[in-house]
Amino acid sequence: MRHRLALDLAALPLHGKSWSSITWWGTLAFMLIEGTGFALVIAIYLYLANIASEWPIAAPPPDLGPGTLLTVVLLVSLVPNFLVLRWADRSDVTKVRIALLVMIVFGIVPLGLRAFEFPALHTRWDSNAYGSITWILLGLHTTHLITDLIDTIVLAALMFTRHGHYKRRIGDVQDNGLYWYFVVATWLPIYAILYWGPRL
Amino acid sequence: MRLRWTSAVLSPLGCAGCVGWQSAMDPQGPQAEHLHRLIWLFTGVAAVIWLLVMLSLALAIWRRRDRSDEPVVPTNAARERRSAVVVFMAVGATVGVIAGLTLASYLATRQVSEASAEPLKIRVQGYQWWWQVSYLDPAAARQITTANEIHIPVGRPVNIELAAADVIHSFWVPNLAGKMDLIPGRDNRLEFTVARPGQYRGQCAEFCGLQHAHMALLVMAESEADFETWQNAQLAPSAAPDSDERRSGRQIVTGKACGACHTVRGTEAAGTIGPDLTHVASRAYIAAGVLPTTRGSLAAWVADPQTIKPGNNMPMVPLTADELRAVSAYLSALK
Amino acid sequence: MSEARAEAGDRTETLDRDLPPALLEQRLAVTWGTLAGFWGWLTTVDHKLIGRRYLVTAFVFLLLGGVLAMMMRLQLARPENRLLGADFYDQVFTMHGANMMFLFAVPVMEAVGVYLVPLMIGTRNIAFPRLNAFSYWMYLVGGLMLWTAFALDMGPDIGWFAYVPLSGPQFGYGKRSDIWAQMITFTEVAALAVAVEIVVTVFKQRAPGMSLDRIPLFVWAMLVTSFLVIMAMPAIMVASTSLILDRLVGTHFFNPAEGGDVLLWQHLFWFFGHPEVYIIFLPAVGMTSTIVTTFARRAIFGYVPLVLALIATGILAFGLWVHHMFATGLPRLGESFFTASSMAIAVPSGIQIFCWIATLWLGRPVLAVPLLFILAFFATFVLGGLTGVMVASVPLDTQVHDTYFVVAHFHYVLIGGAVFPLLGAIYYWFPKITGRMMSERLGRSAVGLLFVGFNLTFFPMHLLGLAGMPRRVYTYPAEMGWGGGNLFVSASAVILAAGFLVFFIDAIRSARHGAPAGDNPWDAATLEWATPSPPPSYNFAFLPVVTCANPLWDERDALPVATGLRVERRELLVTSAAEARPEARESSPRNSIWPLLSAIATSVMLIWSIFSPWAVVWGSIPIGIALIGWFWPKGTPEDDA
Repeated sequence: MRHRLALDLAALPLHGKSWSSITWWGTLAFMLIEGTGFALVIAIYLYLANIASEWPIAAPPPDLGPGTLLTVVLLVSLVPNFLVLRWADRSDVTKVRIALLVMIVFGIVPLGLRAFEFPALHTRWDSNAYGSITWILLGLHTTHLITDLIDTIVLAALMFTRHGHYKRRIGDVQDNGLYWYFVVATWLPIYAILYWGPRL
Repeated sequence: MRLRWTSAVLSPLGCAGCVGWQSAMDPQGPQAEHLHRLIWLFTGVAAVIWLLVMLSLALAIWRRRDRSDEPVVPTNAARERRSAVVVFMAVGATVGVIAGLTLASYLATRQVSEASAEPLKIRVQGYQWWWQVSYLDPAAARQITTANEIHIPVGRPVNIELAAADVIHSFWVPNLAGKMDLIPGRDNRLEFTVARPGQYRGQCAEFCGLQHAHMALLVMAESEADFETWQNAQLAPSAAPDSDERRSGRQIVTGKACGACHTVRGTEAAGTIGPDLTHVASRAYIAAGVLPTTRGSLAAWVADPQTIKPGNNMPMVPLTADELRAVSAYLSALK
Repeated sequence: MSEARAEAGDRTETLDRDLPPALLEQRLAVTWGTLAGFWGWLTTVDHKLIGRRYLVTAFVFLLLGGVLAMMMRLQLARPENRLLGADFYDQVFTMHGANMMFLFAVPVMEAVGVYLVPLMIGTRNIAFPRLNAFSYWMYLVGGLMLWTAFALDMGPDIGWFAYVPLSGPQFGYGKRSDIWAQMITFTEVAALAVAVEIVVTVFKQRAPGMSLDRIPLFVWAMLVTSFLVIMAMPAIMVASTSLILDRLVGTHFFNPAEGGDVLLWQHLFWFFGHPEVYIIFLPAVGMTSTIVTTFARRAIFGYVPLVLALIATGILAFGLWVHHMFATGLPRLGESFFTASSMAIAVPSGIQIFCWIATLWLGRPVLAVPLLFILAFFATFVLGGLTGVMVASVPLDTQVHDTYFVVAHFHYVLIGGAVFPLLGAIYYWFPKITGRMMSERLGRSAVGLLFVGFNLTFFPMHLLGLAGMPRRVYTYPAEMGWGGGNLFVSASAVILAAGFLVFFIDAIRSARHGAPAGDNPWDAATLEWATPSPPPSYNFAFLPVVTCANPLWDERDALPVATGLRVERRELLVTSAAEARPEARESSPRNSIWPLLSAIATSVMLIWSIFSPWAVVWGSIPIGIALIGWFWPKGTPEDDA
């Protein structure tokens, strides 16, 4: 097959940002998958609540304390997350390192609070269907908190090595920050359903 | 007329027996009749559409064309437009046909689900792998419990409450009505009427485990008079044994483990895990349609249920040859 | 500071236009090549090699599933047969369904997509190549786990759909249901990974100028399919996880006694299950569009309606699931809605059929083997689609649901609608994949045997179902009169099996002894035919630039290409989602052992969790380590730029 030269690509940048980055789209796709999963589990909650004669089943509504506090912490964490993304965009390696350390703290504190949320449900996963669905809903979000924390720790470690100076890391940090937005955003409807659903 | 068409189509494939016995194409009541008509309507429309599509495909492949040396046929704007009109019309026809069939389907649903005022109320509970049948009557003394066989009067609507004891089963007697599942935790209902007296076979139509294939039931449609005779016979307690052998048989049945699972009214046997045996010999089949009821089949079943229906929930109770003879004599007299 | 270092490195690296053609190809082959030997096989991230292994593995599972089918037909050939006992038969039909759906049908379509999509859109590798490698290992382990369990008499026996309570803690025997559920996890992870890769590849790595209206229809089909996978598979992941939890740790999702619901399982399963069949069917639609175009010697008629029909089918596919539950006693009005939606999906299918026939009508059909398979597809799939319209009707379905009528219906649409186009696609793309042609003579025999054998086997099943024969029965009484029909079906299945045998023989022989193919033996229009057969590791020496919908037909003299990419590192082009304007140059990962290591760690955790919930905790540690190893930069130019 003969060729004719029609386009010159040499001047193109070596990295795409956000929607020009492959991993950004990958993160988006992963969010779609996990988001669908969350939506389904919430749908199951509503389904079971709808067919039950009383809801919650054999349990009081969950204590508001730990869950509400966790929600506040997550919302506050959006600020350093936003800053991480902005400083990454400006390729400010030092500030990104600090912000990531802050995000690690904001990853550990919610997990600590989450440990108090489970008993606050006043039911066990094997008590009845209400117990099962509430534990799964909470558990699913917890796995996302854990994986994002590990992700952030590894990324922070990476930023302190020589690899931290390459432009590719900007994309890595941005993908991680994007994913944290997702983890916080998916918590809000879950919080509403778990804590306020039984009180309506 | 339709029956002959159906057998003409079906017989060459060696299922001459399928017209009649457990067939959706041999309706014996108004519900099944509506469904039968719907099946023919849809089949007719489908056949016509399939032939038209195949014809146009054949023409597209084999129609005459001018010879051309060009490697690729160029697109011609006028021909594209004409073809677009044809395709558009075909799509329009598709939408029309689909809409018509949807309407026909909805109308059939309405016809089949018309509830009646005073149906005969029956409760069927599905077990692995048999059917418990109870006749619900406001008077507790007139409630009948039997298994695997349902008697109903011709012409009177029957309303069956469907419950599941263990896993999902499905109640299906194609000559009479469409199927309805028996689902644990859910109460389903099926209502139908039988137009003609006869025996109609049904089978569990939802995979329910090892012996799903051997979970049949029989619907006996009879005149009101015959139905009442049957009811009275079922209400009576179990037949008293009239010979020494049968007396011995009753003693064994009540003495051994049988009474833990089975009920024989009028004796001490009062178990509810297995089928009610008070009038077992009055039923055409045992073991949910596996064996026709005879003294011999009863003996074979009691001797070793696991060989006849492997995996079913009746354990083998060891009996000597004499005990077996006595038991089968007793059971075969429980009419 | 560091940016300057990166830019400086860039200026000293060789660009593709700086080298003479032969040297360019040599250097690109080194940069993009797979290492030699077994280590190379374990570490490759080349989408073509991974696509090929997916294909071979899927066809092995097809063969195994076919053997299971023949066993069933032997058992059912006579009434009250004692060849297979009840327990073994239940495992066999469960394995047949689960194997065909999860280990053959979806993976084989993904395989063709993984191999072809990057070539058809003019890029060098699929997006996330290491994830691609990982997904194959997960698929392989899932399949091996299932078949090993079956060999050990631990195979699932609950039907491919595993309804509760039969599959649940009270009635599900041993670990059989858990094996089934975890096999789901393996295959769904693999499918989701591939779906993500395809979506991102199609959106961001298309050749410059390949705007949305110039994307090949097969690529559109894979794109829509991938969205279906992403939106549907979570449902069965949730379902199978809930089942394992009910069985392993005592949750009550499906236990009505404690507030759970038996029908919840069916809703979750079929919310996935119905889109699943379109996940299998839509790629075949794409294959059909491609083969019709090439062998009608004409641009496809109705490109836009065909794309819209794909999208409409994908969206509608999510609104049909209750039609699998018409006998469960749900409210009549609700069920009627699903009749309407199930009938409505016939409309986009109709649009597709009419456009293809129009293309053939307006073109000059060449009756090569791929087109013969498409003709077989038409006759078979249209019939299956029409029986689909029949079962879409609630009242009609109450008679034929769970009978052999439905068995006939779905085999007509699956074999007719997916397998025939797939076999045609294999004949079509075999030359590209292997560099050799398959045999026209054997191909024609295969089509004939398959078409005749298929119809003789499955058409009578419509009649058997109407005559009262339910599904999933290991035997039936002689007095039912089904014996003759079943014997006929079983005998005909031998013809069908012979057809598959001829196909396999042809494929295996042609791989070594087939006629050499050249770049474009069919004179087809799409970009994959612009490279050698088989393509080099880097796909294209220069990335093509697209100016029209049928590039190789409309730019016959010389294909326009882009230059300026580097040679010493793996580099490809990122373009905009709609217009495919060049946006950036992206690095593509090198060969790596980490996908395999991650797959091993994940497999250990998943299999262990069948037996203990603590596997999720302890088993996650090796997974975490493997994933860190995967993502940690290795100091290669691709990682640090």
